[in-house]
Amino acid sequence: MIGLLGASLAVAQDFDFPGTRDGHPDLNGIWQTLSTANWNLEPHAASQGAIETLGTIGAVPPGLGVIVGAASGRDSSSRDSSGREGSTIPYLPAARAQRDQNFASRRTNDPEAKCFLPGVPRATYMPHPLQILQTDDDIMILYEYASAVRTVFMNEEVPAIAESWMGWSNGRWDGDTLVVDVTAQNGQTWLDRAGNYGSATMHVVERYTPLGPNHLQYEATIEDPNVYSRPWTISMPLYRRLEPNVQLLEFKCVEFAEELMYGHLSKGEGQ
Amino acid sequence: MTRLTLTSRLFVLGLIAAPLAAMAQNGKSDREVPRTAAGQPDLSGHWTSATIVPLERPVELGNKELYTQEEADKLLAESLVVTETEAGTAADVHYQLDDFGLDRSQNPIALNLRTSIITDPRNGRMPASTAAAKAAADARAARARERGFDSAQDRPLAERCIVWPNEGPPMLPVGYNSNLQIAQTDDYVVVLLEMIHDARVIPVDGRAGLPAGVPQWLGSSRGRWEGDTLVVETTNFTGRTGVRGGNVLSANARVTERLTRTRDDTVLYQFTVDDPETWTEPWSGEYPLTKIDGPMFEYACHEGNYGLANNLSGARAEERAAAEAAEKQ
Repeated sequence: MIGLLGASLAVAQDFDFPGTRDGHPDLNGIWQTLSTANWNLEPHAASQGAIETLGTIGAVPPGLGVIVGAASGRDSSSRDSSGREGSTIPYLPAARAQRDQNFASRRTNDPEAKCFLPGVPRATYMPHPLQILQTDDDIMILYEYASAVRTVFMNEEVPAIAESWMGWSNGRWDGDTLVVDVTAQNGQTWLDRAGNYGSATMHVVERYTPLGPNHLQYEATIEDPNVYSRPWTISMPLYRRLEPNVQLLEFKCVEFAEELMYGHLSKGEGQ
Repeated sequence: MTRLTLTSRLFVLGLIAAPLAAMAQNGKSDREVPRTAAGQPDLSGHWTSATIVPLERPVELGNKELYTQEEADKLLAESLVVTETEAGTAADVHYQLDDFGLDRSQNPIALNLRTSIITDPRNGRMPASTAAAKAAADARAARARERGFDSAQDRPLAERCIVWPNEGPPMLPVGYNSNLQIAQTDDYVVVLLEMIHDARVIPVDGRAGLPAGVPQWLGSSRGRWEGDTLVVETTNFTGRTGVRGGNVLSANARVTERLTRTRDDTVLYQFTVDDPETWTEPWSGEYPLTKIDGPMFEYACHEGNYGLANNLSGARAEERAAAEAAEKQ
């Protein structure tokens, strides 16, 4: 693999990864995950979707889940109630009930159905590409879904100026890993279409690590003492989109959510 | 309702368009501009498009392109005074503007001697619409009068939080939230408009534009460096985005933008709209973008769009009231 700037970086493994002028991995590119995480972060069998009239198109595809265990990464001492290594979300009891309630109302209450900004980490594993724009100072991450975007401050830690849908991101390099600390999310986002969620006190630490010339390992550790009994971590690869003409297109979904959100207010409806 | 003394809070940044235009000739700037490590002029940072210069020149000014400094000072003082509204009247029911950053006096403004943003045609006004564009604009206006409140889909694009005119292209200044952030790599220039959180991702790597049949709200933009000027050509419009005056950019419009960092605190923004389906001749304009401190806020327009729902339920309430009144007669 030739580095994009002619300077490829010998990361600790036996592959080359593009490098920047200042010696960090060059994460510039368009990336996408390939999993059913956005359907459900937890292991799940295939099931009927929320909208039966869509037939198979609306059905939930099966997946083994993306939760890898406790915050320490793969701490095998952390096992769920069935004795498996933690593969489900360690909800506090009241929070689990809220998740179940979210699930029951997902057809209308999932923020994705309403084209709301997705928050972090959900933005990463939605079924749409994202673009990492790594400049000489800060990093911008742009998501195709809903034109979501966030700046990752790299030069100095910048304190959050307000709560927001996409939160507030400060980044740093830990060797070849980009570590992003995300705070100040507004607690109105969900983590997937199954109603999994966090609150406004959620703290997310993301790690983007080169795994091969065209792969990053994406990890996010999620901590929220008001919702979970302990921090937990998801992990999945991000694949580089290799089509020569690949680019983010607009998925400005507001107009596709209007009938769902405002249809009852149209003339002649439900009066 | 009284407000704070406006002039005392006015930030006056930047200066004057005439020398900027001269500097931007042939993409040359007359002093060393900041550059990226790759040697490109560095456009990155936070900027504002806030201006008191109108898009179109007042008719009575004819071909007068620039104000004198005295005239400009007077206009600035006048234009930043918000009309007082009388307590107890409907006109007095509005946001406390200086609480929400909607008051122009709270924002840095790029001062500019120009009498209009439009520089061509020479009278500083938009050229005449084509007959077809006029007919289409009339039809849209009639439809809006007839059924403008029937459903969300009948409301204007900006009210629906789909796209705003400050996002362009051409990026035309609006009254408030005029902040934008430019981020730059060797291969891309991204222009992130704070309102309504849209990023224009502009490849500058020579790739072809999108194929026909893939319209985008903000068009398909491709950039290239001409000297020290970033030139951005945009096609693939939707044929639905409005431009002031009731017209829309046609799907076949071509917009050319030129961004030149003329000073440390200034990027000169110039544009040309070439849309023969809509206007009888191309039109061009320019204004300075002025450096501001970041960071920007997240402008989550749709997520907090109570106004749209309230407008619709208000219309339904009026219909119910009218129906009840008719029944009583």
